[in-house]
Amino acid sequence: MSSTSKTEAVLKVDGLRKDYGAVSAVKGIGFAVQPNEVVGLLGPNGAGKTTTISMILGVLEPTAGTIEIGGIDLGRRRTRALERTNFAAVYAPLPGNLTVYENLRVFGLLYSVKDFHQRLEVLLQQFDLARFRNTKCGVLSSGEQTRVSLAKAMLNTPRLLLLDEPTASIDPASAREIRETIRTFVHSSGAGVLWTSHNMYEVEAVCDRVMFLSHGEIILSGDPKRLPAEHEKSTLEELFISVAREPLNWEGAQS
Amino acid sequence: MKISRLAAIALRQFYLYRGSFARAVPLFAWVTIDMVLWGFMTKYLNGITQSKFQFVPALLGAVLFWDFMTRVMQGVSTAFFEDVWTRNFLNIFSSPITIPEYLGGLLFSCVVTSMVGLTVMIVVATSVFGLSFAAYGAMIVPFLLVLFFFGLAMGIAGCAIVLRLGPAAEWFIWPIPALMAPFSAVYYPLATLPGWMRAVARLLPPSYVFEGMRAAVAGQHYEWATLAAATALSLVDLFLSYLFFAYIFRHAVRTGLIARYSAESVT
Repeated sequence: MSSTSKTEAVLKVDGLRKDYGAVSAVKGIGFAVQPNEVVGLLGPNGAGKTTTISMILGVLEPTAGTIEIGGIDLGRRRTRALERTNFAAVYAPLPGNLTVYENLRVFGLLYSVKDFHQRLEVLLQQFDLARFRNTKCGVLSSGEQTRVSLAKAMLNTPRLLLLDEPTASIDPASAREIRETIRTFVHSSGAGVLWTSHNMYEVEAVCDRVMFLSHGEIILSGDPKRLPAEHEKSTLEELFISVAREPLNWEGAQS
Repeated sequence: MKISRLAAIALRQFYLYRGSFARAVPLFAWVTIDMVLWGFMTKYLNGITQSKFQFVPALLGAVLFWDFMTRVMQGVSTAFFEDVWTRNFLNIFSSPITIPEYLGGLLFSCVVTSMVGLTVMIVVATSVFGLSFAAYGAMIVPFLLVLFFFGLAMGIAGCAIVLRLGPAAEWFIWPIPALMAPFSAVYYPLATLPGWMRAVARLLPPSYVFEGMRAAVAGQHYEWATLAAATALSLVDLFLSYLFFAYIFRHAVRTGLIARYSAESVT
């Protein structure tokens, strides 16, 4: 896997649109994720977050627009682009009938991970999974399964990491450790992360920038620590609720 | 094509069989039961008829060949259904794997599982019921190749149907061999069939195999050119099944089927 220039955006989305008949799930959005950056993609249910992530993962074809991962056009060079990507989502657990080792071995081959066993040991330690190495994923708790999914997501040291509510089923202490692990990974590897979450405390703690998505459009973006004050709200959660309830009032608010 | 990605799919199947005895048993249990049942049936028929017809190579051999083709088809389908049952499409298809690599992995794992079944059948049929493969001569090679290619084609087409119609469509796939058997003239000559069924049979490569098998057993001449044509036909079917799967996959990516497949609400 060739390396990407540190200054080049790890993800560049331009004019991305997805129509289902007359309904537009995503309406021509554009954004970029830079190296070392964690970007939060926020919005109420049905806002278009998962549709956007599905398109970036190559499992949903956009109606229009382009997606570049590390400068590689996903539509034209799918395999090369996806070699630089990985993801974890609470709705996509790894097969429960394989052990932790077996699952990671299979995905290690799928992502052509070099020095697999060395990488495996690092991840098993990082996500506290060493004792579950030979345990079938199906008998792990939901939090442990999430940690396995995150280990899989980091197997290939991706340039772009997509995390769809990664800590949704994890206790607060473990969630904090995982956030720290991901931040460390980002700063040591130069990766970029697109992170969705409904936990505004988490978003504030981990994201460098957030984008509010509503009805398929980005209607607000900025620094999660400054955005609430800029819009006369006391917390990010209050801002989220306001945007979710009255999206029309916020259209055009994006700087 | 990257071999490591193809190997990943095959390795996953190996892990599943290694990890579950219950999963490994069907690889040899059903074919053993078939061989025993039809082995005694052929012995009985040999005993009650005065004709010189050789029931063991003609009937038991037909069961063996047909079972082999069915196992090949099921080997592909079952490996694919693993991703359906474990709701793993999103993880698999968001990885860099390509469709040829994914299907190649399914085919490779099916080669291993179908060979296990074939070996068990050969051991039981030859050691217990005296089936001799010498009766088929060198034609056994194209016989097995045609059935293998056609079994793969049926398996891939079945996967495409389930990908398109959703997990519940799994039950459309299992009866396919039973529906195809009457047209393939597995247990009787093609001439037994009415005209319209013979026309359908000519489109099915297995019908040439079973006609050839009966001719070989009866010591009659069977054109190698006909078997070559059947092999070519089975390869065409295999290629068409690949195109069909690729078409359905593209449709699934365009419409979002892959992304929301686990919902079981595929329409």
